[in-house]
Parts: sequence; C-alpha cells; structure tokens
Amino acid sequence: MTAQLNLGTYAPNTWCPGCGNFAILNAFKTAVNELVSEGAPLEKFVLVSGIGCHAKIVDYINMNSFYSIHGRTLPVAEGIKLADKDLKVICFAGDGDAYGEGLEHLIFAAKRNIDITMIVHNNRVYGLTTGQYTPTSPLGFKGRSTPQGTKELPLNPLELMLASGATFLARGTSHGIELLKKIFKEAIEHKGFSLVDALQVCVTYYNMYEYYDKRVYELKGHNAEDHNEALGKVREWDYNTDAKIALGVFYRKTAPTFEEKFVKTDVETIDRSLKIKKVLKNSI
Amino acid sequence: MAEYSILIGGKAGFGIDKASSIIGRIFNAVGYHIYIYRDYPSLIRGGHTFSIIRACRDKIGAHYNKVDFILALNQDTINLHKERLKGGTVVIYDSDLVKLEGLPATVKTVGIPMGKIIKEENANEIMRNSCIIGSLCRAAGLNWDILDAVFRKEIAREIEPNLKVARRGYDSSGELIKIKPLAQESFPILSGNQAIGLGLIRAGLKTYIAYPMTPTSPILHFLAEVSEDFSLKVIHPENEIGVILMALGASYAGEKAAVGTSGGGFCLMTEGLSMAGMAELPIVIIVGQRPGPSTGLPTYSTQSDLHFVLNAGQGEFPRFIVAPGDAEEAYYWSAVAMNITWKYQLPSIILSDKNLGEGVFNFDINSIKDINEENPGAWDRKGPYKRYLNTESGISPLAFAPDKEAVIKVNSYEHDESGITTEDPQLTVSMQEKRLRKEKYLSEEIGKYSAVNIYGNKKAPVALLCWGSNKGLCVETARNLGLKVIQPVVLSPFPAQQFKKAIEGVDKIICVENNATGQLERLIKFYGFDVDERILKYDGRPFSLDELEEKIKGII
Repeated sequence: MTAQLNLGTYAPNTWCPGCGNFAILNAFKTAVNELVSEGAPLEKFVLVSGIGCHAKIVDYINMNSFYSIHGRTLPVAEGIKLADKDLKVICFAGDGDAYGEGLEHLIFAAKRNIDITMIVHNNRVYGLTTGQYTPTSPLGFKGRSTPQGTKELPLNPLELMLASGATFLARGTSHGIELLKKIFKEAIEHKGFSLVDALQVCVTYYNMYEYYDKRVYELKGHNAEDHNEALGKVREWDYNTDAKIALGVFYRKTAPTFEEKFVKTDVETIDRSLKIKKVLKNSI
Repeated sequence: MAEYSILIGGKAGFGIDKASSIIGRIFNAVGYHIYIYRDYPSLIRGGHTFSIIRACRDKIGAHYNKVDFILALNQDTINLHKERLKGGTVVIYDSDLVKLEGLPATVKTVGIPMGKIIKEENANEIMRNSCIIGSLCRAAGLNWDILDAVFRKEIAREIEPNLKVARRGYDSSGELIKIKPLAQESFPILSGNQAIGLGLIRAGLKTYIAYPMTPTSPILHFLAEVSEDFSLKVIHPENEIGVILMALGASYAGEKAAVGTSGGGFCLMTEGLSMAGMAELPIVIIVGQRPGPSTGLPTYSTQSDLHFVLNAGQGEFPRFIVAPGDAEEAYYWSAVAMNITWKYQLPSIILSDKNLGEGVFNFDINSIKDINEENPGAWDRKGPYKRYLNTESGISPLAFAPDKEAVIKVNSYEHDESGITTEDPQLTVSMQEKRLRKEKYLSEEIGKYSAVNIYGNKKAPVALLCWGSNKGLCVETARNLGLKVIQPVVLSPFPAQQFKKAIEGVDKIICVENNATGQLERLIKFYGFDVDERILKYDGRPFSLDELEEKIKGII
C-alpha cells in the first residue's frame, strides 16, 4: 500500500477554481507518494519552477524547491544535477516559460541528455499576465497582445524535442489524472532528459476542456523505442489544425547522460594548496 | 641600467603571444622581474599584433612607450612603432620581408634572412618567431643555454626544429649589448586571469561556468586545462543567462561556483544576479572590462563598468565588489570574494579588465597574506529548518539537499523565512531589511582587510588615486615623482573610513582612470570626497609610464 506522505504546505492556493494545474499538482503528489513508497528517498527530490501560474506549484508542495525566474528552470536544474547526480531534479515550467523565454535552454538540455524531468504546464496562453498568445497557441489566436489574431503558426514542442535529442517524450492532459500520474512516474524514473507536455487547461483565458475531451486518445501498441514511429505520432497533431491528440509515451531511448561524464575525485584543501604550488613551480 | 623593454610585432597567427611569453621567461631566468602588455586586434589571422615585454630589477606592472628592442616580423612593426625608438634601440628584423627606411642613425639594426633560414632548415613559417628570439638573445649578450632551457620547457611540439631555427638566428646576429644577469630569485609568471583562477581554487572552487568572451575566456581555458588536477567541473553552456543560472543551481546544492564574462555577457547575467540577491545564493562573478558601449573594442581595455556592476540588477540588495590591481591581488581577493559570498550569501563580483586579465606579471605567493577556504556555519538542527531564518546579522544558516531533516526552499519572489512566497507588507519589509542588514556586518569585516592600499611617499601632499590595473603604473610613477598612491581595492561596500584615513594630509588628489567620465571619482563623491585633477584615457590602451609622468608634470 502507498504511504500517504503529507506533501502539502500552509501556502494558500491561489489558482482559479477549475484550473488544470490542480490535476498536475495532484497527479504529481500521487506519483511522488508512490515513488517514495517504492524506495525513493523524499529528500533527494528537488523541484524547480519558473514564473507563471504553473510555478506556484512549488509553494504548494513540501519538498526541496528552487522557485526560479521566467524561462530559466533548466539551467538551474542542470546546475543542481551536476552538483549532485544522485538528486532527482524535476522542473515545472509553463509553455511561455519553456517554449518561449527559455527555449534555448530547453534545446540544450535535450541535446545534453541530462537526467532531468521537465513537466510543461502547456495551457497555450499566458495566464498570470492575463491572456496573451504563447508559442503553442494556434494561428489566429486572439489574445490581449494580438486582438486581431496571431499571424504565426505554433511550434510543435514534441517534434522539436525529438530533433534536439530528448530521450523521453510524453503528453498528458489535466483531464486524465490517472494517466498523468503514470506518465510522471515513468518520466521521473527515466534516466536522461524527459519532457512531459501536459495539456493543462486555463479556465479563465483559454478553456479547452471540451476541445481536448473530443480529440484525445491514449497511445496503444505504439513502439516508443522506434524513432520513426515516434516521429509519426508526434506529427499527428501539430498544435494548430484539428486532429486526433495522442496521449502517453511517444519516445523512449537509453543513452549516456551528461552528468555521468564528469569524473569526480575529491581534493582536500591541503591537497589543493600543494597542487597550486606545483602549478606555480611550473610557471617559473 | 637594469631594465629593458622589448617589442615584438607581426600579424595575428605569427605566434607573437607565445614568443613574448618565451622572451619574458628568458629574462625571468636571468633574475629580472617582468611585465608583458599584449596588444592584438579582434581577428584570427592578419592585422597587427604586438607585445611589449618589460624586464626590470624591481617588481613592475606597467610599460614604457620607448623600447630598447624592436623585433619586427613584418613591415607594420617598423612603420607603426617608430615613435617608440630611442637612441641605441636595437631593431632586429626579417630582412626577407622588412625594409628599413628613415630610421634615426642612432638605431642599431640587425637584419636576419628568416625566410631563407626557414627554407634551408625545412621548418614551419611560424618558427620565424623562434629565429628572432635567437637573434635577440645573441644581440642582448645572453648565453645560448638560457634560451635552450626555456625553449625545452615552453615548447611542447617540434622542439628540435624550433631550436635549430633559433640557433641560426642566434648565430646570424652580433652581440650589441651585454645584459647582466641579476642575482635575484626567479618568480612564477602568471597572467591576471590565471591568478584569479588559482585564487578561486584556493578558496574551494568546485564549478566554473562561462561562455567565451574576451578578456575572461583565458580563465575558462586555464581552469578547463587544470580541471582534473583540482577536481573541477568546468562547463561552457548555451549563453550567459544559462551560465549564471547553472551556477546558482550548483550553489543551491552546496557547490562553490564562479562564472566569468565581460560587459555584454554580464548584461545577460543581471537577471540572475538579482535572483542571487533575492534568493541569497552565493556566487562569484568575474567581470573583465573592455571598452563599450556594446561590442566596442573587444580586445582592448577599459574601466568603464564600475557603475554598471555597482548598480546592475533590479531591486536593492548588497553585493561585494573588489578590483584587484595585479596578479597577487587577483589571487588573494578572488579567494576572499569566494569566502565572502558563502559567509554572507550575497553576490561577489571581481572587477577585472583586459590589462589585468591578459597582462603577465611575476607572482610571489609568499608576499600574499595567508588565505584559506572558509566554510559557512552549519544549521544547528534545532527546530524545523528555515532557509531564510531572520537572524540578527541577517545571515541564515545553510543546509543542502539531500537532508532528511530539512526541506530547503529558495525563492525569487519575496518570501517568508521558510521560502514560501509572500506579498504581506510587514513580511516584505522585514525580509528586505534582513537582506540589507548583511551589508553592515560585511562592512565591519572589510574594515579588517587592507581595502584601501597606500603606496609611495606616504607624506606627500599630492596623491594619485587609482583602481584596478592602473596600480602598477601609478605606484611606479609615484616612486619616480615622490608622490603618494591611494588604491581602493574594495569598491562595495565602499570602505569610506579607510579611504578617509588614506587621504589625510593630502592637499591634491589626482584621479587616474581608463574611462571617459571618471567613474571612481563619481563613486567617492557619493561618500563626500572630491578629487582635484583627473587624468583619463579611454582609447582602449593602457597608460604608459612616460605618458602618465608627462601628464602629471603638466599638473603639479
């Protein structure tokens, strides 16, 4: 039986009623509960968030956390992971955060295949700044910065991540908490860079519950080890035109990770002093 | 006269830098102190690159315009440096490439057919630099053995052909002067950048993160090279934003981290700097100044970012800023900067510039006060852990993940003692005051250091006020003219008490800076101090001793 850790904090929850973030929070807490009951030490988890509605999640979970700045979850997480590769580092980022402001970091983290899990709360709208389009909003999206509709196509983050070298790619929705929890667990347990695109619904600025409910289906019989098959499935929906929206794990690959390539030898202070003297001797 | 200046010049790609380093080591081997100024344009091949190697009986950190030797590997080296000739200057040149015309009769010349020599020895074109070093040694009356030993130590690849070509250069020249070896100890030779790296290592550096940018890239290269010896992680990420945020992540996990950049990269780092201020995460940032605005003169030097680093980042938070003046100070204060950032949990900035970072100095570790790695006080494990416990000093005890008894939460938002976001007005005030309070305690500690240095004639009524890489220049000029020198090393928190003491008995302060607006002058004005005269230079090049002396004589 799963141990019931109390992972809550005293921080008052300020998400809108019906916000898709609740599902992500609950699915994540359940996933952690299960992982801990299966033997993962709770103190070895570190959560990193960006800025936006999503980011408040770290205030609501009583675990180690680094509430960072907009777009910068990944470099922070990479610094933590490189400092101690035994830590389980999990990022929560919004779609504006991960796919806009911090896109360069995202591509490089995938390229390095550093063992970090990136959970993107993808509501396809800026919530906290009150309703502007994001990199995954569909063409023509009418937000407060684009009242006549956007003039650019969205990007397909999963396709981009596949091209960049991510070794675990999945999608879930905030209307499907059981699947979301399962995906989170798998992503966290995956060794390498894992990204979960969580289609989270913003009830205030872009309520897509009905739209998604009509189109989503769970991947069955999909070979996630096959790059071509993964690419095909990833391209099935381009975040713009109407299509079926697959949920589940698209891609999974075993590959060397960045952090394990750093060899660590412990150098004591006294040792350093002697070695400095050696460097100086060679500089005469 | 126990001092010599040697200029070696050619195109980028001629191995000027390596040659100047070898010449420095040859003089070092015969007991001279050396200083090397490197001047190169922002390109990989072509252009005009030169170095001035100055060798002296005393410790030095500046150069003269006039030189005793010009080693010309191309025509530009003659054409562009005629004003540096003086009576008796020896010009050694590649007679296959360079024409000497219109030189004063007092100049002695040595033409060496280097193209021919390279061809006959079947050597590589770049070895003309070895050839000219050979000629220099002979012309200067230095024994072949000295060259042989330095070459064998400094040249890793193709040592034999290099020696052969150097020997031809040696044998083709006559002995024009006789340099007297000095019975002095030879000290290690370091660039300011290497000294910064070693100082950080001394104070426990574990992770160095940087994106390449002149003039601090050599720190990245140096630390990457010694990373295995010192168990360092050296990382070159996607951009400077990634650099500083990665370092803050490492810092959260308890690893001593530093980053290095120049003005443009520091622009990108400012959001991370401000986060370090709010989240109280230790970090050392090296800012090597080069002339701006914007790309400016990428390979030249300036002191125009003082107010940028003093004020960078949104919001109000304390910071430690130090501007070392030579290799020893670079080593010592880099170590101090690391200790302070961990003790006070506020950002430390080492403000360098191209002249300090890429300048080459003798380094005497025994002249430096002992400095050790200091570790911040650990959490006492009483009660629940609070990352931002509001203590009397403002300093909260640190804990690092994984810790079974502590949940460690850091936050860029305003936060309570546990690190949970708050917008409460009273809490906002008390946490802001907590962070600012640390500066008071830091100021007290700075009082125990020599944060304002005094040199020269301490009773002189005229003082040169300088900072950073102008230290060596001003100390030597003051010695020649009987003046006092005042050099504030710590610039934030500003050591106003020490500064006040330093200017006691001074009637006239002449501020010497490499910028167009007098940035140190502006800083001290804020604390109620005025300067009487200013000597500013902002063409990207350092002052030479003769140039500064002349300017001062025009004032006093």
